[in-house]
Amino acid sequence: MRSPLSCCNRMRTFWDIELRDLRLGYGETVVLENFSAVLPAGKISVILGGSGSGKSTLLRHIIGLARPLSGQILLGGQDLFALPPKAFRRIRRRMGVLFQDGALLGSLTLGENVALPLAEHTRLSPDDIRAIVRHTLFLVNLAGFAGYYPSELSGGMRKRAGLARALVTLPPLLLCDEPTSGLDPVNAAQMDALLLTMKKRFPDMTIVTVSHDMASVRALADHILVLADKTVAYAGDLDGLQKTANPYLRLFLDRAAPREDDGAPCPAAADLDPAVRGRMAEALDSWLESR
Amino acid sequence: MQQRHFALTGLIASLGRLVLNFIAEMGAMALFAAQGIRHMPSRGQAGKVIRQIYFMGAGSFFLIVLIGLFTGMVLGLQGYYNLAQFGSEGLLGSAVALSLIRELGPVLTAIMVTGRAGSAMAAEIGVMRISDQIDALEVMDISPMGYLVAPRVTASLLCFPLLTSVFTIVGILGGYVSGVLLLGISQGVYFDRIASSVVWADVQGCLLKSLVFALTVILVCCYKGYFAHMRTDGMGPEAVSNATTSAVVLSCVLLLTGDYALTSFLL
Repeated sequence: MRSPLSCCNRMRTFWDIELRDLRLGYGETVVLENFSAVLPAGKISVILGGSGSGKSTLLRHIIGLARPLSGQILLGGQDLFALPPKAFRRIRRRMGVLFQDGALLGSLTLGENVALPLAEHTRLSPDDIRAIVRHTLFLVNLAGFAGYYPSELSGGMRKRAGLARALVTLPPLLLCDEPTSGLDPVNAAQMDALLLTMKKRFPDMTIVTVSHDMASVRALADHILVLADKTVAYAGDLDGLQKTANPYLRLFLDRAAPREDDGAPCPAAADLDPAVRGRMAEALDSWLESR
Repeated sequence: MQQRHFALTGLIASLGRLVLNFIAEMGAMALFAAQGIRHMPSRGQAGKVIRQIYFMGAGSFFLIVLIGLFTGMVLGLQGYYNLAQFGSEGLLGSAVALSLIRELGPVLTAIMVTGRAGSAMAAEIGVMRISDQIDALEVMDISPMGYLVAPRVTASLLCFPLLTSVFTIVGILGGYVSGVLLLGISQGVYFDRIASSVVWADVQGCLLKSLVFALTVILVCCYKGYFAHMRTDGMGPEAVSNATTSAVVLSCVLLLTGDYALTSFLL
């Protein structure tokens, strides 16, 4: 089914994201430094990396929620942080953001959440807004849930609702923070399929997602940016990543549980002082036997 | 000797740091207040203001009536026995009404609303902050100040004077219950003393205090919740609970010090 929304001119702008000589962090803590990269327009780019590698930090900077310590972030050729406040807000209106847990407003129903940007910024009639919300919820497989509150929904449904809210203004740039984290494999696959459907429906849209899930990366990515050791360890397509010899990247690609005889003994167990271990065993035995 | 010198300078330095932090926080709060007030006449706020009036005003109404009634009854009881020592029981109406209108009405109402609505506001905004909801508003180009703070400020400016009036009137009736119905003062004397001692300036002062307290309570509570993520004494839910506690404590301190300053200005 073709979406009546897809005819809108808003989508016809190509937005690439150029990261130039960036140094990102909070206060004195540097999270990422000395890197430049381009996330191409009209493609799905995945920012990949381990926990704490700075994926979400990078996304927060691209969204404009935090300022880089140095360097530039160019959206469609415009330096985001050199813009006057009004122009900055105009650029940000062209972004749709799916936060990690959806970030839906808890005091509003799903329908009200999705309607919020339209109700606040447009002069559409309540009937029109209702129709658009119904359609957008249908796109993310949440038809019939408009009256539910976020606390009444599962994590996967909240994420899909967050996606609906991000899409309702038809942004040329969609940014998703770990859309599949915390979801079971079936729901994660559904979310990936949903993003692919959106890409098909809105082919000009630039999508950037943050992930550490290789299955998602394989399903979605046109372009991949891998973060490691405070910088970009790889930028390119999936084929290039598959051929890499970088041991850290291979860990991502070939993740499997090590065999028992592969590794050294568990350091935590090996390093524990035998006296402490004895006291701990005693204390635990006594706790287990207590009423 | 040198050790004592270091201990003394250390003490002075930490005291100075505390004072500087307090001044910096007051400055940040003043800027926050200015932003909140600047967003007050935003388009399409009526629904949000009505929701806040319901929460803050209607939700606090019975509590205010209850506290007002017992405050007035206690004032009547204490006032009667103290005035009786000088044979001036007839002044009870005047004592109860002036205490309530000039001081207790605005202060106790503000403290009650801080405990009931202010703490809830700080917690709600704090939770919104730590769960990215405020970031989501910013990304949608919806000003969090206009969406969260301004409607609450508008609602408080309407609710506080009304709740203070209710508190004061119910308090005067409480004084009537203990003074006239229970202790036998003449009803005519009670009300006549009120009419002769309360002047329009007292009522104006009462309303002025309630407006100042409304701004103080709401802005402190919203500020504490809004910046819950920047607290150094906790993270996540702990930061929200600390922000809520500190919102209530700071509101009460500012209410009482502000009351003293306003009273000395008005007298």
